[in-house]
This record gives sequence, structure tokens and C-alpha cells, in this order.
Amino acid sequence: MPSCPPGLVLCDLSGVTGALRAALAGLVPEWAILLAMALVGVLALMAFLLPSQLGTVWIERRLIARMQVRRGPNRAGPWGLLQPVADAVKVLAKEAITPAAADRWVFWTAPIVAYVPAMLTYAVLPFGPNMTFVDLHIGVLYLISVSSLSVIAVFMAGWSSSNKYSLLGAMRAVAQMISYEIPMVLSVVGVLMLAGTMQTTQIVERQIASGVWYVLLQPLGCLIFFIAGLAELNRTPTDIMEAESEIVAGYHTEYSGMKFSLFYVAEYTHALAFCGIIATLFFGGWASSPGLDLLPPWIWVLVKIYFFFLVMVWIRGTIPRLRIDQLMDFAWKFLIPLSLANVLITGVEVVLAPQGTLTLGLPMALIVILNLVLGVILLVGWAKLLSGSPRKPAATWRWQMEH
Amino acid sequence: MYGLGIAKGMLLTLKHIFRAPTTEQYPEEALRLFPRFRGFDFAWDIERCTGCASCAKACPHGVIVIETRPGHYGKYEVVRFDINRANCMFCALCVEACPYEALHMGSARECASYAYDGLWIDRDQLVNQWYNEQIRVKERMPSSLVRPQFDAGRRSFPHIPKVGEASG
Amino acid sequence: MTTIQSQPYIVNVGPQHPSTHGVFRMRVTLDGERVIDVEPVMGYLHRSVEKLAEERTYTQCITFTDRMDYLSAMSCNFALVLAAEKLSGVPVPERAHYLRVIFAELQRIASHCMGAGQQITDAGAWQTPLLYMFREREKILDLFEMTCGERLTCNYMRIGGVSTDVPEEFLPALRTFVAEMPHHIDEYEELLVDNEIVLARFKGIGMLPPDVAINCAVTGPNLRGSGVNWDIRKVDPYGIYDRFQFDVPLGEQGDCYDRMMVRLKEMRQSVRILEQAMRDLPTGEVKTPIPLALRPPVGEAYGHVEGPRGELGFYLVSDGSPAPYRFKVRAPSFINLTALRGMVLGGTLADAIVTTGSIDIVMGEVDR
Repeated sequence: MPSCPPGLVLCDLSGVTGALRAALAGLVPEWAILLAMALVGVLALMAFLLPSQLGTVWIERRLIARMQVRRGPNRAGPWGLLQPVADAVKVLAKEAITPAAADRWVFWTAPIVAYVPAMLTYAVLPFGPNMTFVDLHIGVLYLISVSSLSVIAVFMAGWSSSNKYSLLGAMRAVAQMISYEIPMVLSVVGVLMLAGTMQTTQIVERQIASGVWYVLLQPLGCLIFFIAGLAELNRTPTDIMEAESEIVAGYHTEYSGMKFSLFYVAEYTHALAFCGIIATLFFGGWASSPGLDLLPPWIWVLVKIYFFFLVMVWIRGTIPRLRIDQLMDFAWKFLIPLSLANVLITGVEVVLAPQGTLTLGLPMALIVILNLVLGVILLVGWAKLLSGSPRKPAATWRWQMEH
Repeated sequence: MYGLGIAKGMLLTLKHIFRAPTTEQYPEEALRLFPRFRGFDFAWDIERCTGCASCAKACPHGVIVIETRPGHYGKYEVVRFDINRANCMFCALCVEACPYEALHMGSARECASYAYDGLWIDRDQLVNQWYNEQIRVKERMPSSLVRPQFDAGRRSFPHIPKVGEASG
Repeated sequence: MTTIQSQPYIVNVGPQHPSTHGVFRMRVTLDGERVIDVEPVMGYLHRSVEKLAEERTYTQCITFTDRMDYLSAMSCNFALVLAAEKLSGVPVPERAHYLRVIFAELQRIASHCMGAGQQITDAGAWQTPLLYMFREREKILDLFEMTCGERLTCNYMRIGGVSTDVPEEFLPALRTFVAEMPHHIDEYEELLVDNEIVLARFKGIGMLPPDVAINCAVTGPNLRGSGVNWDIRKVDPYGIYDRFQFDVPLGEQGDCYDRMMVRLKEMRQSVRILEQAMRDLPTGEVKTPIPLALRPPVGEAYGHVEGPRGELGFYLVSDGSPAPYRFKVRAPSFINLTALRGMVLGGTLADAIVTTGSIDIVMGEVDR
């Protein structure tokens, strides 16, 4: 159990809140104290989120540029760090255009409906032992339900624009996001069974207590969750909602100015929240390796979040996107059966080796290896079964030798 | 197969992250122009020009306008030699056509102008450029297109420095 | 129980679109996501080149050919000077023949870099393979600039040879390029050949059966992707192409994947031709002097080359004057586009975009 070394400031936010409560007790009514606590939490979250929203834009542009043997933006500020700020200023100065045939109220509220759930997700993410904004007992259920609110926003945007491209994008988006909810939820069920609770802080503490992160016990579940999450987030290879080369910009074709940037920033906020969820559920949250306790726990959370974000950017820079019907096939025929199989296997394991009876060492290592092997067998076997025979592209075109 | 193809591609992009980018920072790093670059400027030697108007006849769009009148010693005196750089394609057919090597293209770039008139260059400006040795400025070097003596460094025009030499 | 009514709707994949390769418009009638009709609308880039050429001498017309298919200017120049030489009978020195082959093959590599790259960009790969290919294309454009002064609108070939000899630094630079290009093509193939998503997007999409291709007069990598062995350089060798050894890559099914692979493989074969041409390059003159206003005898001639997009041909009719009486361009992209409707019907909109990309059109020559 990593404890904060004494003297390390901001290691544990409960110190600040405890001091504030002690200072205000008796001076103001109870609801004002709660309000003050909430404000402290909001300030802490904003201190993370506001730079992150700008920083992720910067990271993505620079990293994709490096992959494409070019530099990214490097004119605005040192290393281009002020480029997102410059973009924000430009966007604020733009004219707010509403198409004449658009449904005005829906058109104006869609970006807000997109942005708010992305922010709401951060409420239950644990950044440290006492650093969760609100530690709900049904934390994971809250996460899943809030992240599915963004479907409504996409559909509102596409429908109200009265533009055929937007409508196409919106229809694709609804189909995709609803389909990928299911493997996402099912892959989380494995973690819930292993942890026995939906409270996010408890999940992290169970991982620390059992000494092994759940990614080792649920490799298949983590992979499915990651892929389903990419689809939920509208990131390449599954960004057909805004497939730029086909339907110009999909559901946000008609948006410009601040409304567009709300969609844009909501996408990145959502992406970071999703990285936070993966870090919490599968990668131990604030836990660090034994011996590296010098850094405060929230640094570890940030490291993990940004690591997954970098992986997502890397994937975006490399591979092209799938078509909508291929995406649906992938979700319904491939991911859902796999995640169901994962739930079954995890259930069997939990019954045979209940919580807390496994010690670190040989039995745990055996379980880890067993899970890995089963995961690989299921993946490869199911893919083979679905596709018939493996593709060998090298044999499909031939040479005509003429000298 | 089974994701390995994607993994191969991703490994390639990962390697590229750590390689130096191939783009050049334009205003700070100078663009590398080759000696034969067909730039925006024209270099015209009035002493060699006889007013034969081969360049005007060779131009696909007639951007060169030449007027001559009889001068001394049986030669033509060129009164007007205008080049309309707004319509010019920079194809250098005029340079190829000149039998006396009097017309060359320069290596200038970044010659945008606020008004259409700024894109016409007339006889007086061309003469001034040559004699006031503005032509010696590094960016306004005559291009060595179709003139091998510029490539080899052998100069018919000793007052024009070689490509890459600093101006006087 | 009421049945659900659905109605087809028309989407205008308009002249301004991130991936129509120029100003090309398709009115697509969609039923859900399925394409049930496609009406291509062309002509947004019409500049009446054929009419303008009737008032210019043959040498001046060469500058127009640069601007028609602006991604393969050297091949367009080549086709016109071949037609004009057939018409007028001007001889070409040996060194000029070899230089023409070198530049035509360099242009083929550059154009295929762009063609295969923008095809994969249409499928959504955020320009990463395209920018890798552009890195090599920059080297080729530097070679062009070294020789003729311009990167894109080269105006290099002349009736009776080429306009100038290559400078001293050209051959070492070409040697370096030829030595490292196969390694780069390996890189592109590593990124594209086995990628599951590329296979899923391109295989079986935009099928063009060989008989349909021949009937529609499709040429170039599109025809060879369908398995028809027809390359002008082998069938009707022009210049000195019969002295070089190279293979003609063919596809098997005629889908987008085969067309992309044919382009990548043709780059390798072009490198092979370049090596042979560099090795055998003779010394000598590069141009036969011709008058400023060449007057070919009365008659007609058709000169064609295997351009990167297909058979690019010029049909010239001369009436003895310095300007051609009729200047007809056989533009490969225009004729390949006539097969678009058959390839796209029945697929989805995403497939329509990818198929249009795989035909590799340049609107400059579609509209002239």
C-alpha cells in the first residue's frame, strides 16, 4: 500500500480538505462546507483538465507530424506550445454561422450535450488514495452510463444540421456507438468479478492488495475494452463518423467557430477520460512498482493516462479506417462473442480461486500465463473460424515475366 | 494476418518518430535552388540585343513586347522591351530562342506585388538591373538554363559572379 | 403492420471535397449506404487547351502538355514530341533517346508515389504513407530542377531531342537515388501490403473485369490490375524501349488492391529501367536543331506513350502551317473515368470514394 512520504506536498488531497473543514467548522453552515469541498475538488480537476485539453491537441499534432517525417506546429510559442491557445483565440473570433434550414435550438445545444458528459466522467476517477471527486459505490456503472450520453449529442448535431453529409455521419455514429457499448461493458464485467465491487477506488486497492494488475489477469478483456473504446471515442481506425475523406466532416460539417471547438475538445477530453478508466480498471490506477514510491500517486495516474493517449495517437497516425459495415461486423461477430467467452472464463476462475486466496508467486504466475494463453487461443481461433482461412495477400497477384 | 500486418506498420511509424524530419524550416533555412532554376526575374543585356524579337516570337502567350527603331551604324535600337510577368509561364522558350544570349532568366523568387503594374518589367528597369549590378545580388543570378557556360563557370559576362558567390 | 418506407437520396460529392483529386463532381444516388446511381460531372477545369493549341507552334504546345497532366509532365511532353516527330520526320540523337527514357521513368515513379499515396489517403490513413512517398518524390523533383529548372511543369522535351543536356551533378545524384529507392519501396510495402485494414478496405472493392476494361478502353495500371497484359512499352515500343528489360506486373482480380500493388511494383520496374539506361547512356548531342516555327508536311500522326495513368496519345493533323490544324489529346484519366459507374454501383459510398481514388485521375487532363 503506497503511502505518501511525509513532507511531499500535494500527495494526498485529504490533507487540504481536512484542514479546510477544520478551519470552517462552526463558522458556516454545513452545506457551505460541502460546497467548499466541492470547489476544491473542481479546482483540482480543472488544474488537470484545462492544460490537458490544450496539451493533448499539441501532442497529437506534433507526434503525428513526427511520424510523417515533418515537424508539427512550432511557430506559436516555444515548440509550438501556444498553438492550441492560438487556435482557441481564432475560434472565438469567428462568426457563429447557423444554416438557415437548421433546427436552431438543437443545433445550438448539441455541442454542450457533447462536452458535458466528457467532463462528468472525471468525477469518479481516482487520482490517489483520497483524491476522487466523489467516490460512488456504483462508480463503474456511472462511468458507463455517462459516456453513452455522447451518442445523443452526435445525433442531435447530425440531425439538426439539415445536411445530407451530417445525416450520414449521424446515422453511422449512432450505429457504431451503440454497437460498441456492448463489448465495452462486457469486458469490464470481468474486472468487476475479480474485484467484487464497482467502486473505483476499491478496484484500485484490490489490485494493489492482490499484488497484480488486472491487465495480467484479463489480457483479452483489456484488449477488447481498448478497441471498443477507440470506437466509442471516434478515433481512427474507427472514425467514420467524421471520415474526412468521405463525408467531409460528418456530423460536425456545418459547425464552425466555438461550437466546433467544443466538439473537438470534447473528443479529446473523452479520450483522456477513457485512458483514465483503462488505467484505473486494468493498470492499477495510482499504484506504482514497489520501490518507486517517491513520486506522488497522481503523477503515476498521469503517466499512465498519457501513455495510453500516446498509443492512441500512434494508432491514428498509422492505419486507415474501416468501413461502417466492417465495423459493425467486427463488433457484433467478433468482439461480443469474445467478451462473452471472457466473462465465462473469468467466472470459472473466480469460483475456483476466490478473492484473496491466491498468493503471489507460482500460483499467481500460473493463472497469469493461463489467462494469456487462453486469450490468444480465443482470439486467433475465433478469427480463424470467422474468416475461413487465413489470407495470404502475396499470392493474389502474379507476375508476367517477359524478357 | 491477425493483426500482425498492422503491427508491422505501426513499428515502421514508431521508427520514424525518432528520425529527423525531412521538412525545412522555410524562412530560416534557405531553400536550396539549383543553378538552372527558372525564377521570376529576367536578365537582359542591352549591348547584345539586336531587336530581332526571336524571344517574342517564341513566347507561347506573347508576353514580351518589343519596339525598335533604326539606330546608329545600321543597328536597331530597342525602344521598348516589356515583359508581362503576370501572364508569363516561365517556360524559358524565349531564353532558348535568343541567338545572341542576350536574355536569361534569373533566380529570383518571393516577388509578389500588390498591384498588377508591379508585375510588368520594362526596358528601363531591365537595363538598370544589369548595369547597376543588381543582377549580382545572390537571388537575382541569371539562371544557367540552356547556357552551358554558366554551368561550367566559364563566363561570357565576367562582371556576373558565379552562382553562390557573394555579391560585391 | 406497416412497412417501413425508405427513399433514395442524392448526395453531391461536390467539386470541393477533400478527396476528389481536383474538381470532380459525382452526383451519387444512395439508398441508405448503398450506391444505386452515379453521375459524374466533369468540366470544372476546362481550359480549352485543344483550341489554344491551334494557334501555337508545336514547340509552344509543349508548354501546354505540362499543364494538362501536371503530375506526369515529362510523359506528356514525350507523347507530344513523338507525335510531332512522326509528323515531321525530325531525327533524334542517341543520347536524347536515353535521356528521354530516364526522365520518363523518373516521372513514372514520382507519379505513382502520388497515385498510390492519395489512394491510401482516401481510405483514411491521415497521409502517413503519402508523406513517406512524397519524401522520394521530392528527390525526383530535385533531379528535374537540376536539369530543366522547374519541378512540375518541366517543358524539357523538344522536337528532335531534349532541350538541354544534364548537368554534372545529375548522374551522381541519380545513382544515389536509384541505389536507395528499392529500400524505400520496401518500406511502403511494409506499411501497406499486409495491413489487415488495407486489405479489408481494398480487396474486392471496385471490381473491373478484364472484358469490361477492354471494352471501356481503360489503359494503364487499371487495365493491368485486371490482369490484361497490355503495356505500350512492350506492345508498340516507342523510342528505344525495346532495348530495355523489364517486367510488366499484373493483377489478378481487378480490385483496388491489385491496382495499388501494380503501381508499387511498377515503381520497382522503373528503377530497373533507370539502372540500365544510366549504364548505357552514350555521349553526344541532345538536340537536332529545328527552325523556330517548324512547318511539318501535310498529314496526320498519332504518337502515344505509356504514361503513369494509361495510354496518353496525341493525334496531330497538320496542314503545312506552323500551328497544328487539329490537336486532339487522348487523355487516359478521362477515358478511365467512363468505367467508374460500373465499378461503383452496388457498393457503399465509402467504396465509391476509394474506387475513384484507385483509378488515379488528374482533373487537368480529364478536362483539358
